[in-house]
Amino acid sequence: MAAVAGWLRRAWENDLAWSFRRSPVTILAAFLTLVCVGSALFAPWVAPHNPFDSATLNLSDGFTPPAWSAKGTAKYLLGTDDQGRDLLSTIMYGARISLGVGLAAVLFSATLGVSLGLLSGYLGGRLDAFIMRVADIQLSFPAILIALLIDGMTRVALPREVHDQIAIYVLVLAIGVSGWVQYARTVRGSTLVEKNKEYVQAARVIGRHPLAIMLRHVLPNVTGPVLVIATIHIATAIITEATLSFLGVGVPPTQPSLGTLVRIGNDFLISGEWWITVFPGLALIVLVLSVNLLGDWLRDALNPKLR
Amino acid sequence: MKLKTLLAAALIAVSTTTQAATLRWGAQNDILTLDPHSQNHATTHGILQHTYEGLVRYTKDFQVEPCLATSWQQISPTQWRFNLRRNVKFHDGTPFTADDVVFSYGRIIQPQGTNQIYVSGVKEVRKVDDYTVDLVLGGPNPVLLRLLVDFRIMSKAWSVKNKSENVQNYVAKEESYASRNANGTGPYLIKLWEPDKRIVFAANSAWWDKIEGNATEVIYTPIKADATRIAALLSGDVDIVTDLPTQDVARLRTDPKLKVLEGHEVRTIFIGLDQFSSELKYSSVKGKNPFQDLRVRKALNLVVDREAIKRVTMRGLSIPAAIMVAPGVHGHSPEIDKVSPADADGARKLLAEAGYPNGFDFGLDCPNNRYVNDEEICQALVGMWARIGLKAKLNAQPMATFIQKIQKFDHDAYMLGWGVATFDGLYTLQSLVRTKTTGADGSFNLGRISDAKLDALIDAMKTETDVKKRDGMLREALVGTRDNYYYVPLHHQLRPWAMKKNVSTVHKADDRPESRFARID
Repeated sequence: MAAVAGWLRRAWENDLAWSFRRSPVTILAAFLTLVCVGSALFAPWVAPHNPFDSATLNLSDGFTPPAWSAKGTAKYLLGTDDQGRDLLSTIMYGARISLGVGLAAVLFSATLGVSLGLLSGYLGGRLDAFIMRVADIQLSFPAILIALLIDGMTRVALPREVHDQIAIYVLVLAIGVSGWVQYARTVRGSTLVEKNKEYVQAARVIGRHPLAIMLRHVLPNVTGPVLVIATIHIATAIITEATLSFLGVGVPPTQPSLGTLVRIGNDFLISGEWWITVFPGLALIVLVLSVNLLGDWLRDALNPKLR
Repeated sequence: MKLKTLLAAALIAVSTTTQAATLRWGAQNDILTLDPHSQNHATTHGILQHTYEGLVRYTKDFQVEPCLATSWQQISPTQWRFNLRRNVKFHDGTPFTADDVVFSYGRIIQPQGTNQIYVSGVKEVRKVDDYTVDLVLGGPNPVLLRLLVDFRIMSKAWSVKNKSENVQNYVAKEESYASRNANGTGPYLIKLWEPDKRIVFAANSAWWDKIEGNATEVIYTPIKADATRIAALLSGDVDIVTDLPTQDVARLRTDPKLKVLEGHEVRTIFIGLDQFSSELKYSSVKGKNPFQDLRVRKALNLVVDREAIKRVTMRGLSIPAAIMVAPGVHGHSPEIDKVSPADADGARKLLAEAGYPNGFDFGLDCPNNRYVNDEEICQALVGMWARIGLKAKLNAQPMATFIQKIQKFDHDAYMLGWGVATFDGLYTLQSLVRTKTTGADGSFNLGRISDAKLDALIDAMKTETDVKKRDGMLREALVGTRDNYYYVPLHHQLRPWAMKKNVSTVHKADDRPESRFARID
């Protein structure tokens, strides 16, 4: 108990925690992120309704405005969409998909990018040249285009029912493949620096396998910037997924993400049911902004030149 | 002298500029083909009627008037003689003669097309001389003239030259010269068709009749997304939109730059059910077909809350339906079209009686770019049916692929809309209810319903000339279809059109705007 309390106290006094406490914007961002992630994670328990259970939907409740307007009810805090689905619950479930796809895509991207960067930096030679040229080529395409390409190819290759089932995995793959370059180049740079330090040379002299050296010695020392990139990349990945869903080539409509909700609500914007598109859009903005701000803070906090 | 020439030039300039006007027309879905005998699809017919004409045509209030035929006499109850119009030329300059009529008849009855109904009951088309044809019928046909409106005449010489004597097999994804090029006698030539992008028409200066309006060019643009379509109208990119999203109608009515032309359409939207297969293709129920049980079909009907769909999904722009024909169609009457309120408990009881107390699942195919709010209605139905345990797996796709799928009978339940080109109930009963044979009978009976009693009534109706007797048969057949719950009728569509204030045209209840009436001021 005392050890934990001691550890907590030391963590609180840590440089990182101090810079965190200093900035009210960061505290707000962290709080909002926690709320978003929490409600997304615990959506099945926290959400007031289950928007995907067709049997509980009541079409007559469709197009109910938010609770504070004239025809709103407390039952549907943020109003309902055209099928009678509660918007607050749909946003929570949608955030789940958005966050899930974003996090998974970043994990995939980071793993791919870090591995390729390590290999490229440590082994050098023709492998290095090849990987970096591929990275350069990919950088000339916008990320959305690459994601669209991969998603489009799978849609054409697979029958519709199969594609709907694996759509989320394809999406993760598509967004992941479109974002690995940043990680690879950063890690390659750091690896090139670390490669010539004494501890790596010592390990080589002992005769350790290059893979073991990369994983056990070099990797822990190059992950700092990766963390920063990853945090900001989460925001980008969520927006990319939202864009693809808005275009109609993202997640299938049976598991709508925040982007899908914005697209569906778009049709009703002109006729006055603004809440169907505005609230999912706001949720998306809040989520992405808070994650972005957190990432910004982390980058500044970890930068030794700014201390 | 200088002033005079200046004045003259100004006058000429003014008089020439008032002639040319382009009508830009936006709607939801694109046509399926340029071949007028291939697919019985209202949008396709609505476009092709600008280019291909029939022996007769409709006036603005749906009376029959001469078109490519100037007059006709009934020589015997089963033989009609049509005198053809002289000096009519196809768009490629070749003259129109009786040979073209005979050729078009031989073409429209080919089995791979779905337009045989428009020559239903015709046994033979005989050429008497170059400008006279005889239509020989199998029996007296009281609606023959109305059917012939959509029997469109193609040029024999042109079709033979371009190897298009055979009708395109749309279901087999066939393409032919006639499916991509048009050559008719009508008021507008089709200059080009970019599928899903636009169709460009140019006025036919050699047309035998006069275009009432002033549109010398028409550009038809299919815009699937509702918001984009309305935005195009509001921004001035299109002049008239005929597929109005229901949520925007109220707002458009109050817009000072636009006007909304009200009108209902003689189209009924319904769900069809596979009642032929011994096992449903996309269902968990094995060994039997639940839709063959009347109680299951009745339950499906009973739980649908048509008033809620009208209020929420259609924004008041629909008429809940109990029978398969809309008001305005001969055979419809309000007393047989009374919709009972939704009854979920009664439906549940029926399902339990039929042996499905926990319901079952099945596939539901819907188009998503053809009827007003088609996909949203299907989603609402999924919710309503789920309440009694019937889990429908919704598969929404564009009309072009949807129609191929269901015409191959690859479905459990499907949504379809049926407009009545002849404004007479027989058209619906013959296409949707009669047991499927070759030709027009059961051409869109995609659930493969087969009821001998109704078949007898429908066949008798085709040749019954006594109006009272025929009306009685119509009523009996419509009521029989209703009480056997062969279909789940949803509603009859209301179909307002919106256009800029300077555009005027005539609203047509068959939802086929005719550009020759459109005037842009």
